Amino acid sequence: MKTDMKTLEVVAAKGRLLGLDMVYDCASGHLGGSFSAMDALTVLYFDVMNVDPQDPANPDRDRFVLSKGHCTPALYPILAQRGFFPQEDLKLFRSIDGHMSGHAEMNHVKGVDMSTGSLGQGISAAVGMALAGKMDKKDYRVYSILGDGEIEEGQVWEAFMAAAKYDLDNLCAVIDVNGLQIDGKTADVMPTEPLDKKMKAFGWNVIPVDGHDLAALSAAFEQAKTVSGKPTVLLAKTVKGKGVSFMENDAGWHGKAPNAEQYEKARAELVAALAEKEGK
Amino acid sequence: MAEKIATRAAYGKALVELADQEPDLVVLDADLSGSTMTKDFSKAHPDRFFNMGIAEGNMVGVAAGLAACGKKPFVNSFAMFSAGRAWEQVRNSVAYPGLNVKVIGSHGGLSVGEDGATHQCIEDLAIMRAIPNMTVLCPCDGNEMRAAVKALLAYDGPAYMRLGRLAVETVTDTLEGYEFQIGKGVLVREGTDVTVVAVGMNVQMALKAAEILEEEGISVRVIDMHTIKPLDEEIILAAARETGCIVTTEEGNVIGGLGSAVAEYLSTACPVPVIRHGVYDEFGRSGAAQKVLDAYAINAEGIAEKVREAIVIKNALSL
Repeated sequence: MKTDMKTLEVVAAKGRLLGLDMVYDCASGHLGGSFSAMDALTVLYFDVMNVDPQDPANPDRDRFVLSKGHCTPALYPILAQRGFFPQEDLKLFRSIDGHMSGHAEMNHVKGVDMSTGSLGQGISAAVGMALAGKMDKKDYRVYSILGDGEIEEGQVWEAFMAAAKYDLDNLCAVIDVNGLQIDGKTADVMPTEPLDKKMKAFGWNVIPVDGHDLAALSAAFEQAKTVSGKPTVLLAKTVKGKGVSFMENDAGWHGKAPNAEQYEKARAELVAALAEKEGK
Repeated sequence: MAEKIATRAAYGKALVELADQEPDLVVLDADLSGSTMTKDFSKAHPDRFFNMGIAEGNMVGVAAGLAACGKKPFVNSFAMFSAGRAWEQVRNSVAYPGLNVKVIGSHGGLSVGEDGATHQCIEDLAIMRAIPNMTVLCPCDGNEMRAAVKALLAYDGPAYMRLGRLAVETVTDTLEGYEFQIGKGVLVREGTDVTVVAVGMNVQMALKAAEILEEEGISVRVIDMHTIKPLDEEIILAAARETGCIVTTEEGNVIGGLGSAVAEYLSTACPVPVIRHGVYDEFGRSGAAQKVLDAYAINAEGIAEKVREAIVIKNALSL
């Protein structure tokens, strides 16, 4: 499904607004990393991936694994807007009364292809899905978004090695390089750079991209489809908390819900951004 | 003389035998295919075998992804690494989403022998059993192993199965009406004074113990509890009621495994004396396998001793 840039911008802006409401309503959740990944998710579900909300288990569909599984305030609003479930369901996020679990959950949230949350594990499942596609000679592609803090997990590099070994050119990963993790700057907690050199050394095709430039993201995903014999990774340079001025580049907003005053301020900013995108 | 074969060898053969009728079966290993006995499958079906290198966590995750696409993956390593090192991946990527991955732990228990404590997994049954939604198996001989592999392929869900390193005597092939069913224990010897509930090659040890004890006038019932979870409560309840005391025996720590499972159940269902035989909360050590087992009294005499203790307690309570 191809979508025009203006619509993509509206979806991403609305996604941030919905994500903010989800986290505020249940007073918990992860906004920082969700807002940094929102644009890539928007492009994937509205421009790149072959998925059908009416047939979410179609064996030929493209797959997506949210390896940074805590970023459900980005994934769920995008799935809802794409039509996998009603937007009202988002009100049950993290609630005992529903199944909109805090971390991505495949058995109860329509459209989720893999349960994730424990960091470093989603990418392995994505490798398995890509491997199954190769075995069955299917054309579907597999996408996965990882955090740049998440890749400190050794399992991620085990998965990167395996993807290269099996020439998984049907796999495209995105590393959401927002430079922050719970305890502070990734460069201070555990440096992961230089990522381009590391990924190339691991046998991957590397595409650096501005993770908030929807057209650039779309072009990068298209470019990845043309590569054969190796998996592709998009190194998406992003801003944690993107879209809310006081959340941007502040590790403190990794997993914190805003208070009433902060919520009103954030909401005003996101409502204004949405109106601007809608051309109002 | 009865066939003697290691359950890991029977497992490897069963994978090859069942491959043609199970097109979705895929096998993953972590650089131990010669020991886990998946090598024959890798040669017969290279397109369905994936050597994931010494990276068990990723191997389990990849299997989860394969299962999510309809494959039936069996992941293989030593119990220490498939159940131990990759425990959290098994919990979060397999059991929680309920994916159809079979986690295989070969070389379970002390009988790893010479490699020593780092490779002697005595905790796998306990830690796998503690995960919700997990089925946990440990067949006792080659005949039972073949049936177990077949049953696992027919079962759609997460499961763990322990394989043994040593060649063991086949005992289930001569049992009348023997049928393998996940979650159903097998009565391998009738008896009235005490019941030994055994798992893995401790079943053969228990049968030998029963012979020793018979000469002492003690009638021992022996149950092969190849499925630790879900536990066959019916067969245990009947044993507790009919024989009045239970000895459990396993090649693993007495904390958390078969013994714990049986004691947990009977503590409310029918509180009779339950003596747990196994490794008493200490690490193993290097040595020839049989010598290590003997050093920890994981043998027929060790079981017989626990049975005598159980009889003493049972008699004291009935005074």
